[in-house]
Amino acid sequence: MNAPTYAPVPTTSVDEVVLEARAAELGSRSIKTSSKRAALHLAIRCIDLTTLEGADTPGKVASLCRKAVRPDATNPAIPHVAAVCVYPEMVAHAAAAVTGTGVAVASVAGAFPSGLSDLDVRTDDIRSAVAEGADEIDIVLNRSAFLSGDLATVHDEVAASKDACGDAHLKVILEAGELGGYEPVRRASMLAMAAGADFIKTSTGKIPRAATPAMALCMAEAIREHAHQTGRAVGFKVAGGIRTAKQAWHYLVLMGETLGTDWLTPDLFRLGASSLLNDILLQLGKLDSGRYGGPDYVTVD
Amino acid sequence: MSGHLPVDKTFKLFIGGAFPRSESGHTFQVRTDDGRLLANAAKASRKDLREAVRAARSAQAGWAGRTAYNRGQVLYRVAEMLDARSDEFTALLRDSGLSDESARAEVEQAVDRWVWYAGWADKVDQVLGTVNPVAGPFFNFTFPEPTGVVVQAVPDHPPLLGLTSRLAPAVVTGNTSVVLAGEAAALVAMSLAEVLATSDVPGGVVNILTGDRVGLLPWALGHLDVNAVDLSGAPDDLSDEAFADAAENVKRLVHGDATAASPSVIAQFLEMKTVWHPIGR
Repeated sequence: MNAPTYAPVPTTSVDEVVLEARAAELGSRSIKTSSKRAALHLAIRCIDLTTLEGADTPGKVASLCRKAVRPDATNPAIPHVAAVCVYPEMVAHAAAAVTGTGVAVASVAGAFPSGLSDLDVRTDDIRSAVAEGADEIDIVLNRSAFLSGDLATVHDEVAASKDACGDAHLKVILEAGELGGYEPVRRASMLAMAAGADFIKTSTGKIPRAATPAMALCMAEAIREHAHQTGRAVGFKVAGGIRTAKQAWHYLVLMGETLGTDWLTPDLFRLGASSLLNDILLQLGKLDSGRYGGPDYVTVD
Repeated sequence: MSGHLPVDKTFKLFIGGAFPRSESGHTFQVRTDDGRLLANAAKASRKDLREAVRAARSAQAGWAGRTAYNRGQVLYRVAEMLDARSDEFTALLRDSGLSDESARAEVEQAVDRWVWYAGWADKVDQVLGTVNPVAGPFFNFTFPEPTGVVVQAVPDHPPLLGLTSRLAPAVVTGNTSVVLAGEAAALVAMSLAEVLATSDVPGGVVNILTGDRVGLLPWALGHLDVNAVDLSGAPDDLSDEAFADAAENVKRLVHGDATAASPSVIAQFLEMKTVWHPIGR
């Protein structure tokens, strides 16, 4: 496969004030009751149900997978999530648990969450995760090189990672909170997409400055620009700090309004989250029963 | 002429330690018996109730986890702060129709009541807990535990003493409370919220909503994350469906007197847990 070679990527400048105002406006839109159920089901179908803890065990991953396949044990009408997202060490366990269910296995790889190890080590990590059964690979952008201005290295590393992925989808995490503003985020987005990323993703979830709607809008606009320039639809994954159903449908609104309804599928949009699913299930329960539920009525993860 | 403009207070809600307006934007007018407008107050919606229950739930474990001694100190602090603002509360009670003398007496009683329940914090377990005789080589203990999240429709009369006499015994043992204050007592209730907010009471332990209690109570009774509902100040005409909803998660429903002070009031908001423990050698 021919990796794309680095060429400087022109970046459209970003108007911070308008960007934040637009993101806030999209976040204030109300979803009427009649659309709520469809929005919540779509949100579930787009979830990458995630566990990225040092304390993960095969048993914990297996129970996560059962929940991914059938989020509400009492209600088969609720769809399965898009994927489970785990550490490479857990990929084989996850793959065994979700085979034939339609749920994909995503694995972080490449010295997650810093991305700072030798490139060969990182690509080997990716290859081994794919060999274990990962359908999707989440890598982190080399922020150290990016912030040093070494964009060629950043580009070539992403291209090498894409090469190592083979048939697996590559998601590139920008860790937007560490890039120092909207314009660097936009530049990093364009760079990652030019280097072959199938998805770009906001955050690792490992730092306090997680995804914000404005940051997501900034990246979605970059995706729109890339699609306009090249005709290639790159997917978008928001992650980090998404805990409530309300946040989830605000991101759905943001995607729909920026990129159009074509992007409102699990193929092009993902929500990386762990506790979000329970909140969505509680909201669906409220729609069904007309009464408020509570944490005692969903599983403890 | 003094250059000072009158600053009319905006009465809002008290949720999770903050003072938000109602999510609905609705307000209602509080008037004296002879029709004089005292203030606008926030009319809480069911979504405000949902937020308040969420705040109460997230504060509950931390509050119950504090030592009884510490909870007693916090309640005593409430008494201190209430006492410091006794003139303000006296004026509010006068506006509700009381004479100066009875208004002042009610404030003093309310301060005393906070002190009285503060003292109970580290004594409830000894009084209500038991060591039970059993026919086997076991220790058998029964001890009280907080019920959890309590929604309280508090009595409107007397406004301050009624609220205090229901709220203090509920929270002293580690419950968290969502108070539904009636329209008549709204200003007193929200002024007490200001006292609570400056008394080291952790955010979410007490939440106060004002406005349409009749509309909110069915939502509280149906809410699956509410453990008990205090109906002391509730209207009599709640529907059977509301009570059927309350039964679904085996809520504790309690009624009580507006002015009673007794450890048995504390016990209304407790669950008794019994444990068996083998006698070691």
